Amino acid sequence: MMNNKFYDIVIVGGGSAGLSAAKKAFEEGITSILIIERNNELGGILNQCIHNGFGLHKFKKELTGPEYAYEYIKFVKDHKIEYLLNTLVLSIDKNNKTIVCSSSENGVTSINYKTLIFSAGCNERTSGQIMTPGERPNGVYTAGLAQKLLNIDGYLVGKNVYILGSGDIGLIMARRMKLEGANVIGVSELMPYSNGLNRNIVQCLNDYNIPLRLHNTVIKIHGKNQLEGITICDVDDSLKPIKGREEFIKCDTLLLSIGLYPFNSMLKNSGAKVNNETKGAWVDQNLETSLDSVFSCGNVLHVHDLVDYVSDEGEIAGKNAASLVKNGRKKYSKIILTFHNENLSYLLPNEIKVYDDLNEVNFSFRVKKPISKGEILFKDGNNIIKKVIKNDLIPSEMVRIKLNDIDYKVVNDLKVEVNEL
Amino acid sequence: MNKKIYDVIIVGGGVIGCSIARYLSRYKVNGLLIEKHSDVGEETSCANSAIVHSGYDPLPNTRKAYFNVKGNKMMEEVCKELHVPFIRNGSLTIGFNEEDRKTIENLFSRAKSNGVDARIVEKEELHEMEPSLNDECLCALYCKNSGIVSPFELTIGFMENAMDNGFELNLNEKVEKIIKNNELFEVITNKGEYLSKTLVNAAGLYSDEILSNLEKPSFKINARKGEYILLDHFNNDWCKHTLFMCPTKVGKGVLISPTTSFNYIIGPSNDSSSKEDTSTDTSTMSILKETAAKLIKNIPYSEVIRTFAGVRANPDNDDFIIEESKTNPGLFNVAGIMSPGLASSPAIGEYVSDLIKEKLKLEKNNNYKSKRKEVLSLNSLGIDKYNELVKKCPAYGHMICRCEKVSEGQIIDAIHRNCGAKTVKGVKKRLRAGFGKCQGSFCEEEVCKILARELNVPLSSILYKDEGSEVFKYKSKGNNYDE
Repeated sequence: MMNNKFYDIVIVGGGSAGLSAAKKAFEEGITSILIIERNNELGGILNQCIHNGFGLHKFKKELTGPEYAYEYIKFVKDHKIEYLLNTLVLSIDKNNKTIVCSSSENGVTSINYKTLIFSAGCNERTSGQIMTPGERPNGVYTAGLAQKLLNIDGYLVGKNVYILGSGDIGLIMARRMKLEGANVIGVSELMPYSNGLNRNIVQCLNDYNIPLRLHNTVIKIHGKNQLEGITICDVDDSLKPIKGREEFIKCDTLLLSIGLYPFNSMLKNSGAKVNNETKGAWVDQNLETSLDSVFSCGNVLHVHDLVDYVSDEGEIAGKNAASLVKNGRKKYSKIILTFHNENLSYLLPNEIKVYDDLNEVNFSFRVKKPISKGEILFKDGNNIIKKVIKNDLIPSEMVRIKLNDIDYKVVNDLKVEVNEL
Repeated sequence: MNKKIYDVIIVGGGVIGCSIARYLSRYKVNGLLIEKHSDVGEETSCANSAIVHSGYDPLPNTRKAYFNVKGNKMMEEVCKELHVPFIRNGSLTIGFNEEDRKTIENLFSRAKSNGVDARIVEKEELHEMEPSLNDECLCALYCKNSGIVSPFELTIGFMENAMDNGFELNLNEKVEKIIKNNELFEVITNKGEYLSKTLVNAAGLYSDEILSNLEKPSFKINARKGEYILLDHFNNDWCKHTLFMCPTKVGKGVLISPTTSFNYIIGPSNDSSSKEDTSTDTSTMSILKETAAKLIKNIPYSEVIRTFAGVRANPDNDDFIIEESKTNPGLFNVAGIMSPGLASSPAIGEYVSDLIKEKLKLEKNNNYKSKRKEVLSLNSLGIDKYNELVKKCPAYGHMICRCEKVSEGQIIDAIHRNCGAKTVKGVKKRLRAGFGKCQGSFCEEEVCKILARELNVPLSSILYKDEGSEVFKYKSKGNNYDE
């Protein structure tokens, strides 16, 4: 048997999370790094996001997706961090700390890792997953696929477009298709509020007079071979279609922007514990999963609203993987589990390992419904450790709070509550 | 002008038409199959339960019983020859109360009359066999020979093998008129006219309409729609057998079964519909969920990847119609092939081909190859052998579909075979690229590009399925590339 290649840090996925993890790990002194990317270039989904609005937090300037990615790709290339393109990781063997990947150049090969950073991104939900009734013709696309066909390949999937779901990609694509001369008829959102960022509602819909129908959904897809139209309908408070409020809309394209979910099946299949709320991995504050020396970050861990935050999370994973390589595993005195109340849809991290030098934990979560004036409580039992007042909390925006002024050694359970004031 | 005269023309490229073509190709025959869609197996054959029934259910001495039991026996060998996924996973027909037990005992004796290996299993053994079952499942008829097959690949395998042996296939061609011209059948389509000594009507849902070109049909095909829910392959142990419900006065219930790709299928509903209607609807889905919950509680519907519906051809006499027309000798009607049609397909193909052989006194085709070229995959070859393949053909290392792990090399191979893939759906049916949880949102673009390159046609002409379903429809403003 040939000896497998070995790296201190193997990074699965060369998008925003993986690139940022690689940069940080390199800055922390690790040189044995390998990034594995399935596509033919680094940058991930950023490459097809040709609109601006990226980097306001991270670089204090407004960049397009490819420009944002380039900030990191340049670092990787300048510092000769190794990467493989057109290479798909097929499986992870947690016992032998090996991954199996496949490419034309190298065939199916194994690579050994000391630490692994899993940053494979997320998928778009499909019409099949939400069981959209009706036929299954061509012309129903996830917004991200339509974006790729338009921005990377130069093709428009249709000229009379309706959009289901008000996620950010759907809003961006509404404007993009309009600018390409398509007739963008409208957007339906099942919930009574939008799932996209406010700035996208204003800049992508309002500025182009594209109507947004809230509490409305697609109840039937028409057309056997090619989409011929859809029936939309208002829904009641329990999100059930209201009889008599149906409307037929003639269109050749239905774009779906109905949510994203972590592409976490490979980690799950390797035995990693899953967070049932995010469908991503169960992680501690260092973003290490339940698999030894395997970290997860970015949209494969939980779906983010801003790429800047993905990069931040990549840095956390990169820094902690580097520390594990350099210093070995530190001892911890206990594990604190985290909980949340009904107003949060999820909370990260799932557990906190209390090391001697632990002084900072980054929490992130989303609220389930809009809360105009809210208090965020960090509690140990009934004891309030910290209270933060925050206004205008909405499900489409992730909340991040850094807690660095508490003594974790005396905490038993940690519960995060969001309450409407 | 002397027109070519075929020995046989088959109208309809479903699993039955393709099976007949395959078995006919054992003989020296000038054969042509005409299919109106862009691929074979596009209607009932691609939207069904994918079950190879054991044969306990049809009433004894019916054609259904005969061909089902025979087809089930043939299936293992056929699938080996054609490289089609087939698993004898066994079926459990489950009873929930004492009344059901009586029905199961009746089904047991019916199984015996049909020559089907069956036994009744009691609660304890039943729950050992299938731990996910609901506690109320009391007893079951166990048929170990029941199986599951990939209906897409079976249909394609039949046709490819027939073509390997000289049979012809015309796709995207709709039969518009058939005339009996002296002793010959003249088949007129939207693209041409063909003459043939014999004609096989395997037009599925439309077989009565096809027949009415020549004579007043003695049967009528009623369309019955079956809707299904498909789950991802989340856990290979969740359900191993095909689970049927004991039939009651109310109906046959629904089945839950693994598929050959370890997805899980739940369904079907059974409603009268039009022949064209393959739509799903919310209320039927709720009924499916409610009924399936009797078999397994807490079905993980978060794993749903797709819902779909297929329309079955129910003849008004309730048995398969497989016979030569008395009015028009040389015309063979193979119609009303509803469930268990998939299981029966090899037996029907063999039987009908032999009828035609007798009719035309066909000679044996000494060059007949019963085996289809192997479909290569990482799973079937193992890493070392697969790497030898990648060395010879690097495209096999380039993985295109990340959900189902399908390589560019496999797609290229599927395109260039006889009865090869020509559309996105064609690639999906042959290799499962786009069949996974992301439903092609990652690989559809690359599949289109490979199709365009390999078929040497412009990208803008690549179809999702039938004509009119172009994926790359319009060029963007900035797209000035020449194709």
